[in-house]
Amino acid sequence: MAPTRRLRERLRWSKLYSFSCVRPSIPSDNEDPYPLPAPGCSRIVYCNQPRVHRKKPLKYPTNYISTTRYNIITFLPKAIFEQFRRVANLYFLLAALLSLTPVTPFSAVSMIAPLAFVVGLSMAKEALEDWRRFMQDMEVNSRKVSIHKGEGRFGYKHWQKIRVGDVVKVEKDQFFPADLLLLSSSYEDGICYVETMNLDGETNLKVKRSLEVTLPLDDDEAFKDFRAFIRCEDPNPSLYTFVGNFEYEQQVYPLDPSQILLRDSKLRNTSYVYGVVIFTGHDSKVMQNATKSPSKRSRIEKKMDKIIYILFTLLVLISLISSIGFAVKIKYGMPKWWYLQPQNTTNLYDPSRPSLAGIFHLITALILYGYLIPISLYVSIEVVKVLQAMFINQDLHMYDEETEIPAQARTSNLNEELGQVDTILSDKTGTLTCNQMDFLKCSIAGVSYGVGSSEVEVAAAKQMASEASNAPGQLSSSQDFWEDSGGGFGSSEIELESGITCTVEKPQKPRIKGFSFEDDRLMHGNWTKEPNAGTILLFFRILALCHTAIPELNEETGGFTYEAESPDEGAFLVAAREFGFEFCKRTQSSVFVRERYSSSENPVEREFKILNLLEFNSKRKRMSVVVRDESGQINLLCKGADSIIFERLSKNGRMYENDTSKHLNEYGEAGLRTLALAYRVLEESEYSAWNTEFVKAKTTIGPDREAQLERVADMIERDLFLVGATAVEDKLQKGVPQCIDKLAQAGLKIWVLTGDKMETAINIGFACSLLRQGMKQICVSIMNSDLGMQDAKMAAKENILMQITNATQMVKLEKDPHAAFALIIDGKTLSYALEDDMKNQFLSLAVDCASVICCRVSPKQKALVTRLVKEGTGKTTLAIGDGANDVGMIQEADIGVGISGVEGMQAVMASDFSIAQFRFLERLLVVHGHWCYKRIAQMICYFFYKNIAFGLTLFYFEAYTGFSGQSVYDDWYMLLFNVILTSLPVISLGVFEQDVSSEVCLQFPALYQQGPKNLFFDWYRIFGWMGNGLYSSLIIFFLNINIFYDQAFRAGGQTADMAAVGTTMFTCIIWAVNIQIALTMSHFTWIQHLFVWGSIATWYAFLVAYGMSSPLISGNAYQILLEALGPAPMYWAVTLLVTASCNIPYLAHISFQRTSNPLDHHVIQEIKYYKKDLEDQRMWKRERSKARQETKIGFTARVDAKIRQLRGKLQKKSSTFSIQVAS
Amino acid sequence: MIITSFALVGLVFVPIGLASLSASEQVVEIVDRYDIDCIPEQFQNERLAYIQNSETNKTCTRNLIVPRKMNSPVYVYYQLDNFYQNHRRYVKSRSDKQLRSKAYEQVTDNCKPEDKANGLAIVPCGLIAWSLFNDTYKFSLDSKVLEVNKKNIAWKSDQDHKFGSDVYPKNFQSGALIGGAKLNASIPLSEQEDLIVWMRTAALPTFRKLYGKIEVDLELNDKITVVIQNNYNTYGFGGKKKLVLSTTTWIGGKNDFLGVAYLTVGGMCLFLAICFVLLYVFKPRTLGDPSYLSWNRNAAGHPS
Repeated sequence: MAPTRRLRERLRWSKLYSFSCVRPSIPSDNEDPYPLPAPGCSRIVYCNQPRVHRKKPLKYPTNYISTTRYNIITFLPKAIFEQFRRVANLYFLLAALLSLTPVTPFSAVSMIAPLAFVVGLSMAKEALEDWRRFMQDMEVNSRKVSIHKGEGRFGYKHWQKIRVGDVVKVEKDQFFPADLLLLSSSYEDGICYVETMNLDGETNLKVKRSLEVTLPLDDDEAFKDFRAFIRCEDPNPSLYTFVGNFEYEQQVYPLDPSQILLRDSKLRNTSYVYGVVIFTGHDSKVMQNATKSPSKRSRIEKKMDKIIYILFTLLVLISLISSIGFAVKIKYGMPKWWYLQPQNTTNLYDPSRPSLAGIFHLITALILYGYLIPISLYVSIEVVKVLQAMFINQDLHMYDEETEIPAQARTSNLNEELGQVDTILSDKTGTLTCNQMDFLKCSIAGVSYGVGSSEVEVAAAKQMASEASNAPGQLSSSQDFWEDSGGGFGSSEIELESGITCTVEKPQKPRIKGFSFEDDRLMHGNWTKEPNAGTILLFFRILALCHTAIPELNEETGGFTYEAESPDEGAFLVAAREFGFEFCKRTQSSVFVRERYSSSENPVEREFKILNLLEFNSKRKRMSVVVRDESGQINLLCKGADSIIFERLSKNGRMYENDTSKHLNEYGEAGLRTLALAYRVLEESEYSAWNTEFVKAKTTIGPDREAQLERVADMIERDLFLVGATAVEDKLQKGVPQCIDKLAQAGLKIWVLTGDKMETAINIGFACSLLRQGMKQICVSIMNSDLGMQDAKMAAKENILMQITNATQMVKLEKDPHAAFALIIDGKTLSYALEDDMKNQFLSLAVDCASVICCRVSPKQKALVTRLVKEGTGKTTLAIGDGANDVGMIQEADIGVGISGVEGMQAVMASDFSIAQFRFLERLLVVHGHWCYKRIAQMICYFFYKNIAFGLTLFYFEAYTGFSGQSVYDDWYMLLFNVILTSLPVISLGVFEQDVSSEVCLQFPALYQQGPKNLFFDWYRIFGWMGNGLYSSLIIFFLNINIFYDQAFRAGGQTADMAAVGTTMFTCIIWAVNIQIALTMSHFTWIQHLFVWGSIATWYAFLVAYGMSSPLISGNAYQILLEALGPAPMYWAVTLLVTASCNIPYLAHISFQRTSNPLDHHVIQEIKYYKKDLEDQRMWKRERSKARQETKIGFTARVDAKIRQLRGKLQKKSSTFSIQVAS
Repeated sequence: MIITSFALVGLVFVPIGLASLSASEQVVEIVDRYDIDCIPEQFQNERLAYIQNSETNKTCTRNLIVPRKMNSPVYVYYQLDNFYQNHRRYVKSRSDKQLRSKAYEQVTDNCKPEDKANGLAIVPCGLIAWSLFNDTYKFSLDSKVLEVNKKNIAWKSDQDHKFGSDVYPKNFQSGALIGGAKLNASIPLSEQEDLIVWMRTAALPTFRKLYGKIEVDLELNDKITVVIQNNYNTYGFGGKKKLVLSTTTWIGGKNDFLGVAYLTVGGMCLFLAICFVLLYVFKPRTLGDPSYLSWNRNAAGHPS
């Protein structure tokens, strides 16, 4: 803080902002000259009097925030309510309650225990998740901030204690604890710099300035008697508006957003500010923006609900059948069944009232056949998902070693959704890029310098090299290309991963942040030997002078670091420093640069007087400084977008225009951010004439001022002399291009939604290979910015609609299959395009485009776009982002992924999965997503199979008992069926099953398409499994019944009673379903073996143990295995017979499918099994490269396009050649 | 691999099927339905009245011819038909506690409506015990009495652990309604093997229960005379009564179904194996042939 303090004394910092440093004074009356719109502006704040706000009517919420779903008191009722909103759970609850009455077919315990287990487990999970949220809130709530305690003393307090009206002092790099009105700052003119990364994702600093009248309140003492009154708008979520009046010392001043410091933004470059709290806690704008995190459910789970409904229908149906049957039997049969004493009955069996008995029986039947609805399914799925999530968390391939952050599945119920993603919506800054600029190349005087290459180039070049070496005859058709290219494959497969490391690690010297330039022609003072040394000198000076940054001395190393408004500027300054032009000091009117022409010389400190500064804004797209050097010469130094600079060049300033623009194109293609640099020499007289105009413009009052300033600036920024251009790499995160390429090959669509400028977004598009040269870019935007006017709005809308329709036509009419379109749209346009009447056209256009880039979008729009894609296409969307501005999108998407890295935790908190780097997304989707999808799909199918197979046997047996509701199995068997005997194998299936190994998943991205195409959970497959269950139930029941019908089943002559028949039947079921799952699994480890065979063994063990327990517990099952069934060969023979006949059709079906119509993973499994991939590497490689979805984005596509282009050229050449020959 | 596994299953199943069929063939079984024939001519139209009338003479004589040599032991069963011993009301109506020990004599909660008679707990209580089968058979061969051994017809564990040796019948069949057999109040329940067998409720409405064992060989064409006390009322619900004499083998009684089922499944497996062999011959697919990968199949000219 100390150096800035010192700095402040010397420098009125805001002088730099020459447009605004002269304030028009505001005339004001006491008669409330700024009437506020009445509705929605009722908030009254008494500054420095927080006591007033403790009581009604001015009591506002405290600054305590809570994002938890429950609290201690509401947890139980609310969580239980949530649980029983699931239809199945409600059903089980009813069943459990009814099991306490005599209608129940089972004992009450066997109904209540599983339900309690299931509900308890889910609730425990909820509680744990909520606890984590609570801890996060606590962390935020207990941050400390300095607050005015009265009498001019400040002391630290927790954030949660802050009240409206408090005066707080926020120090450098702290977050604002609430929405504040800026009163004063460490700068004399009350400005401060704010980073709003967490609000809108923008990384450049924003300037806020206080009202002039509060400027004197700039130390602790001044607040002793500070009293003021604010009337302002009510809490609302709009980040960019604020309406209010500030009443201070009998004067009323209007407030606007530039005085408001928003919660969750950060104070930068300013040592402290004072502010008064206006909105606290949930009233603050950022919290108002927060939407309740919706509970997300995966597609599979939703479908599962449908299946549950089907099963419910089935359940009700068979219950009806059985209760009608029962009523009939009661009416006609019962009176004859003297052994049931029909004359002494209760309602349940009263033959004189069969319909009543039937209704009672309906309830009994609904409970009895409840086994059709797998209660344990929910619990098993929960368990499996938690375990799957553990695997995701533990995956070392998704562990970032630099930050030591592993991947984290924050909500486990979306694992399988990862395998079905269709569209990825990605944030840019912090997600694709590191928000770090590296000076990489430059073009000076028409000569391009810089031998380093951008990551994209490196990756693409590798690919290119490999393809080129494969294809000696590039004219051959694509098919032949693969066939012919056999020999070269061994060498061609350069692992893409190595591409990353070679650019990032420069082992020769320690890397300088922001500087990756490598070219000895310019370094170490060598530039003086270049032919255009003068121009080069000028180039460096422009870099070192034309900016708004301030240097900060790093006392440890003695070097300077720069606090720049944007990272590009920082990169320029670092570059200038490395070239020997070290910007070291800034005073109010001068910039000091230490120049060193060669490494041996001592640096010379030169002073440049800054006469004027024409600041950068997105409309001007350029900035200039007017400087007077030591010799007294006045220069205008200008940097800006190439298009803007080029049109302002003087006639003789165009010497290098052609070369430079060629270089600029190259840089742009390589995904670099470019700026052109130019200068102009000014005559003293010319300058002074202009300066008077400029001062006049600056002091203009009213809305005209901006336009005036612009006009004046425009006058001087002419007749420029082009010096060169810079190329800065917006550093992509590690592995991003490769990851995007792979994801594109897996058939995923990628949209970029960014808050950044269109140019930056397009640059990144190139850098990520989402855009490439030759792609047709459709830019939808509107020029006139007159909003508010009704007809202008209509016109704009029509304009956009026309653009969209035209573009759609163009896309439709395109014949070339390789043609790719890119849609680029900005936020303002998007706000129209997202309106109801237009969004469908917009969506259909966007879907046809290979890549979509939305720039300048607000957090809200990000969420809206996500919703549009989600609802419009009906496909699964995944949103990935890192900042608070991505929260809306992350919550809206089917899956939200947060990048847990540098920035705040908001995105991560809102996300379902968090990863440390974008590149891990590939593994998360292609490996884990693919596996989890298949696992869960198979698991659910199997569950339905198993429960149908079991549940229906109960129904068949009913028919033999006069529909009385007796079950053939012991209660304990049924209880254990779902809980122990069949649950572990299916859980191991859900956790460990993998059709192919992770390497194969990554090598064959096309396998991922099995998920989005939903091959494993379509109705055909579901009904197939259900049919299998039905078949098995029939086989199990009728084989057993026919065999045990009336004959003795053992040599001892005993006949089978109900216990014996039931136990045998149950044994058959256990065998059949466990063998079935063993057949289903394709990946066996000892765990699966243990669980499958262990389950069967457990059954026998249980039977023995149960048989040995007191007969009071086991009843007729007493000693059943050891005494009755075990010694009977019949028992074993039946088990074998039934098990085999249950599974033969399935086995036959899958073998038939495999032989005649294998799926991709089957073939790959076989290749792997027979080690064909090792024997025939050529085939393996060929298949790997073919296993890509047709893709139009990513660098592979880029390389393909390039090859096509070359081929086209060659063809053209040869054809012209042949024509020449012919002629 | 699939082919071999199918073939293997087939090859295992067919012999098992044959073995069990042959075992079933060895069983000699005599089944005699007597419920209708045992009612005298004059009562044929009012069978129910006949059986319910305690005055009528229920004795009935039947002659059985032995079709093949029956090796000792020959098991004697009674078979009831259309009798819902598996009805929920019936199955539940018992008290295992009471059967097991004297201390729980009063535990009759589950036994309704046959729990108490005149306010006293019935031992054994419940519908099952109350409806105990009470036809009796006396066998003679050439006017020589054939002893029927009624010992060891129940499960040993039932006798030892489920039916107490200190529990004696009390207040049994003393209520307003008389169901089936009466029990000798001086014999403990653990010795009442007929009751123990009966208490093992059958799974299906048609069932056989063991009545006793004839421990001599019966020769071909032996003419066995059975004197039946036809007491049990199956006429009310139209059930049949059959007397069964049967030998057993390792698979138990006569049971062709098991063998047939084994043969069917085995045969099917062999058939499937042949099918797959044919499929393999006519439409071969090398395992792991990459041309079956989806991207190759969809491509226009896939290498074949």
